[in-house]
Amino acid sequence: MDIRSQISMVFHLDKCIGCHTCSIACKNIWTDRKGTEYMWWNNVETKPGTGFPTKWEDQEKYKGGWELKKGKVVLKSTNKVKTVTNIFHNPNMPTMDDYYEPWEYDYKELFNSKESDDQPTAKPVSMVTGEYIDIKAGPNWDDDLSGSPIYARNDINLENLTPEQKKQMFEIERLVMFYLPRICNHCLNPACVASCPSGALYKRGEDGIVLLDQKRCRAWRACISACPYKKTYYNWSSGKSEKCILCFPRVETGQAPACFHSCVGRIRYLGVLLYDADKIEEIASLPDEKLVEAHRSIILDPFDEKVISEAKRNGIADSTIDAAQKSPVYNFVVKWGLALPPHIEYRTLPMLFYVPPLLPVMSAQDGDTVKNINNEFFPDFEKARVPMKYMANLFSAGNESFIRYTLEKQTAVRAYRRAVTVGDIDMKDAEKALLKADCSKEEAEAIYKSTSLSTFEERFVIPASHREQAIEMYEDPLKLKQETGFGFKDKPKRGL
Amino acid sequence: MDQFNEIINTFFFIILPYLSIFTFLLVSIYRYRSRSFVYSSLSSQFLENRQHFWGMVPFHYGILTILAGHLVWFLFPKTTLLWNSVPLRLYIMEVSVFIFGLITFTGLINIIIRRRSDKKTRVITTTTDWIVLILLTIQIISGLYVAFFYRWGSSWFASSMSPYLHSIFKFNPDLAFISSMPFMVKLHIISAFSIILLFPFTRLVHVLVVPNPYLWRKPQVVRWNWDRKKIRDIENNSI
Repeated sequence: MDIRSQISMVFHLDKCIGCHTCSIACKNIWTDRKGTEYMWWNNVETKPGTGFPTKWEDQEKYKGGWELKKGKVVLKSTNKVKTVTNIFHNPNMPTMDDYYEPWEYDYKELFNSKESDDQPTAKPVSMVTGEYIDIKAGPNWDDDLSGSPIYARNDINLENLTPEQKKQMFEIERLVMFYLPRICNHCLNPACVASCPSGALYKRGEDGIVLLDQKRCRAWRACISACPYKKTYYNWSSGKSEKCILCFPRVETGQAPACFHSCVGRIRYLGVLLYDADKIEEIASLPDEKLVEAHRSIILDPFDEKVISEAKRNGIADSTIDAAQKSPVYNFVVKWGLALPPHIEYRTLPMLFYVPPLLPVMSAQDGDTVKNINNEFFPDFEKARVPMKYMANLFSAGNESFIRYTLEKQTAVRAYRRAVTVGDIDMKDAEKALLKADCSKEEAEAIYKSTSLSTFEERFVIPASHREQAIEMYEDPLKLKQETGFGFKDKPKRGL
Repeated sequence: MDQFNEIINTFFFIILPYLSIFTFLLVSIYRYRSRSFVYSSLSSQFLENRQHFWGMVPFHYGILTILAGHLVWFLFPKTTLLWNSVPLRLYIMEVSVFIFGLITFTGLINIIIRRRSDKKTRVITTTTDWIVLILLTIQIISGLYVAFFYRWGSSWFASSMSPYLHSIFKFNPDLAFISSMPFMVKLHIISAFSIILLFPFTRLVHVLVVPNPYLWRKPQVVRWNWDRKKIRDIENNSI
C-alpha cells in the first residue's frame, strides 16, 4: 500500500446556474497574457452541446485518454515509437480553429468615426494578427443553445441513445439543459503526464496537483492531444503548454482556488482524499463497466485505523489526515455515492466528481401551448428529464444504475426535507422514498446540510501545506509580479 | 593575391570553425543552465496545421538522413572510400543523398511559403527565424549543387573534409585538404559553421533537447517538494 493524498473536487451540477463567474475569476488571474487569451482553464459548457474545444469528447478525432489493448492500458494518441515518428507533426492535435480566434474590439471607432446615418460600431480585432476579423466562434458560443441542431445534436454522448430516447431528448431539449463547468481533473492516471516526451508534466506528490514545468516544456505538443478533456493548452506566443494549476499558490496559503472561491451557486467543494497509489494501473486496466466502482474503491476510508497508520508511515501529515476526515468530497463520492467522475472510460481516473443534476421537466409542449405534465413535486425521472442514458454516457461509462442511484437519493432527500419543513408530503411516503434510495434519515440530513447550508470552511477543507518544507514557496509571490505566473522566472518572450 | 587568399582561408576555415564550436558549446550550456525556459521547438502547428505537415515532415526526415550520412563519412572515411571505389556504388550513394537533399529542400520551401503566406504564423515569426531559414537555404542549395555537379561529394568528404575536421578537433588545423576545393564546397562548409555559430541563439536549440529519456522512463511522473519522512518527524515532534 502506498497511501498518498489528493486534493479533489466535487461540482454539484444541480446548483450550477451557468453564470461563468468561475471562468472570469480564473481568466483574470491566470490567462490574460499574450498567447493565453483563448485558454479557459475553467470553462462552463451547456449540455447537451459540443463544448470547448468543439467536440472535445470525440476521441476518434482527438485520440485523447487511454484505451485497453490486450488487457493493458495504453495511451490512445502516442507510444514510445509514435513519439519519435510524430514529433515533427502531431496528427491529432487540435488547432486554434477548434477553439476560437481570440479577439478584442476597436473601441476608438466609437469616438473617431465620422458622422453618418448609422451608429458607429466597435469592430472586432483578432488578438493574434491584429487585423479585423469575422467572429466565427467563441469559448461559450453554444451557451444556452441546447435546442440547436448544430450544437446539441452533435453531442457525442447522444451516440448510443435509442431513437425513442433521442426523440424524448429533442422534445425536451427545448425545455431543459444543464451546465457543465470544467477544470483540469488532476487525474490519478493523467494522460498528459504520461505522454509528455520531455517529462515537463508531473503530479505533485504532496497534494496530487498536476502541473506543467514551463522550463522543461519543449513544445512537442503531445499533452494537447493526449488529455481527453482538452485541459492542457498550447501558448502560441511563448511556445509552451499551460494548464490549470488548481491555484496552488492560493491552496498552499489556505485559500480556495479562484473559481471555487467565486462560485455564485456554491456548487463547488474541495477536500482531501487518501488513495492507494499502488492500485492505479490495476484499476485503470479494468473493463468499462467496472471502472466507476473501482475508482471509488481506490479512495481509502480516512477513519480506518489501518489507513491512518499506513498514511503516517508514508509521510502524510496529521493536518492532511485531519482534512481528509472532514473532506466534503469524501462524503459526496464515497459515503453518499452521489458524485460521479466525468467520462471515466477515458481511464485517466479524474479526481473531479460531478453530482448529476435532477433536471425535472414539469411541462411539455402541447400544440401551441405548454401543459403541465406533472402533478407530483418530484416527477418520474425515467420520463421527464434528459434520458438516463445520456447522463450515464457522461458520468458513468454508460452504466445507468449509478445515475439512477444518485438521482433517486437526491429526490428522496428533497421529499424528506419537504415533509419536514412544508409538510405537504406525507412523512411516511418520504421515509419510504428514503428507504428505496438507500438513505437513512441522518444521511438525508447530512446531505441536505452539505448541499444547502454548508459554509465556506465546510465546502473547502484545505490542509496546511507545510510550506516550511516546500521549495516553491520559499519565494515571495510579489517578486514575480508582471511575470508569468508563479515559479516562472523568465519573461515569457518567444524564442531566444 | 596569395596573401589575401591565405587571410580569407584562415578566417573562414580556422577562426570561424573555432569560434563556432566554442560559441556553440559554451553558450548552449550556459543558456541551458541559466535560461532553460528559452529551450523550445517553438512549434506553430497550433496556428496552422495542413501546410505544417508538408513542411515539417519532409524537412526533418530529409535533414536527419543527410546528417546521418555526413556523420558516417566523417567517422568512417576509409569505409566510405572503399564503398565508393566501385562507380555504381558511388552513384547509388550520391543519387540517394541527392534525393534526400531534394526532400529536405521541398520541406524547407514549404516552410518558407507557410511562414510568408499564413497570417497567424507570420505574426510569430521572428528575425532570427528568418536568419535560420536563409542559412539553411544556402546550406541545402550548396549541398545539392555539389551533389549534382560533382558527383563524388561523399568521397571528398571522406578524403578531405574528414581529415580537415580531425585536424580542427586536434587543435592543429590543416587547410591543405580543403584549400583547393571548388567555391560551392567552400560555401557549404562556411554556411555550416555559420549555422553552428548561431545555433545557441536560435530555435535550433530544440535539437539539443530531443526527448530521449521518454523512451525509457515510466509513464507517470511524480515530484515531491519535500522530504516525506522529514515532514512526519516534524509532526511527531510537535505533537
